[in-house]
Amino acid sequence: MKAFGFAPIKGRVIDYDKNDRLIYSYVSDREPSYALCIACGGCAATCSAANFTRFSLRKLNILVRRGENDEVRTEIDRCMLCGKCTLVCPRGVNTRNVVFLIREAFEKYDNYAV
Amino acid sequence: MEKHVVVIGGGTAGSVAAGHLAREGFRVSLIEKDGQTGGKINNWFQLFPDRRKGSEVIDFLQKELAHPLIEVTTGENIKGIRNSKNSFTVTTDKRELKEAEAVLVATGFDLFDATRKEEYGYGIYENVITSTDLEKMFYASDIRTTEGQVPKRVGIVHCVGSRDEKVGNFHCSKVCCVTAVKQAIEIKEHLPDTEVICFYMDMRMFGPYYEELYRESQEKWGVNYIRGKVSETSENIDGRLVIKAEDTLAGKPIRMEVDMLVLMIGMENARSGLALKDYMDIKSGLNGFFKSTDNHYGTNLSNIKGLFYAGACTAPMNITDTIAHARSAAVEISQYLNNN
Repeated sequence: MKAFGFAPIKGRVIDYDKNDRLIYSYVSDREPSYALCIACGGCAATCSAANFTRFSLRKLNILVRRGENDEVRTEIDRCMLCGKCTLVCPRGVNTRNVVFLIREAFEKYDNYAV
Repeated sequence: MEKHVVVIGGGTAGSVAAGHLAREGFRVSLIEKDGQTGGKINNWFQLFPDRRKGSEVIDFLQKELAHPLIEVTTGENIKGIRNSKNSFTVTTDKRELKEAEAVLVATGFDLFDATRKEEYGYGIYENVITSTDLEKMFYASDIRTTEGQVPKRVGIVHCVGSRDEKVGNFHCSKVCCVTAVKQAIEIKEHLPDTEVICFYMDMRMFGPYYEELYRESQEKWGVNYIRGKVSETSENIDGRLVIKAEDTLAGKPIRMEVDMLVLMIGMENARSGLALKDYMDIKSGLNGFFKSTDNHYGTNLSNIKGLFYAGACTAPMNITDTIAHARSAAVEISQYLNNN
């Protein structure tokens, strides 16, 4: 059927009760330093990829924590794994490993609705 | 005859200052409105940052007061202060103290009345409680909802009555952030399977070992922090609390159910302290606390000669800083009395 220009709008609200935080627990179980992130944005400020793309590890980390996984799934591939973020993190989070583990978790749970 | 100081308030500031003044050889009359000395610490089970028992500090304060030159009265209220040629007459509901050479105001703070932030639901929903209500549960070692259930998820709201011009308070109460961190850890210790989420505007870990406690809460206890002020609390059909906030770091609104919501209530100048304005022309600052003559080197001095301030009647203060402030008040008073 031809669209009339109206479509249902997907809600923007993070529904913390419905969201699945499987990716977050997969990463934080294997990289406990992940819990220490305070979203200062140091990683994103030094990021090589962020110079050319919308990639923001600061934001992706928050979204993973809240279970907003859809926005992370493809976006996480923009990272080039240079590791500069790990050098600057003031909380000692192994951010490079976090990116690895997020990708690994998505691969592992690919057929699973996360 | 020893010179005489009247100390108004028997909490941390009043007790410490009284102890120091007595050891300097001054006679001290300490007036406490409540039935016991020790002030607000009586309501606190454990203290940040090292989780020592509040009762240990109460013991310390009682030792300060155990001096033959100190006379302590409790359950006594100020009914008047007169000042004539730098000699004070303090009237209470029980007696009149004449010819005091100095008065120390150590009237402390009141906790913010959470019902004034109606949108958080305190006094409306039974499982919305304050930080002091939670301390009572720690005393009893029993953290439950009013239905008697173990809470699966607890929300903690920072800055309730602080940094909020809608309730007339611009100031930061300083200690609530670290109280939230401490209480979050205590909840996790009691109930390891309970999820604890703090809603904050800024994390203000100003004191020694506070930031370390914050790290511990994340690393060891898995406490979660969401930057955003809760906008409102409601109840769903199951009687569970529903809270809404803006997750400012995600850039989206967030909603969730919680079984218990703990409000970190801030500090305001004590009403009992402000009542002294009926008798003396003392000044409050923009934050409602008593205004000292200088923010850096005159924080114990009032605009009236012979009348001094100590502790949280001048600004929100933790116990450590209150003790230091009370000691400095004792030095100021001692110098004043020795030179007059």
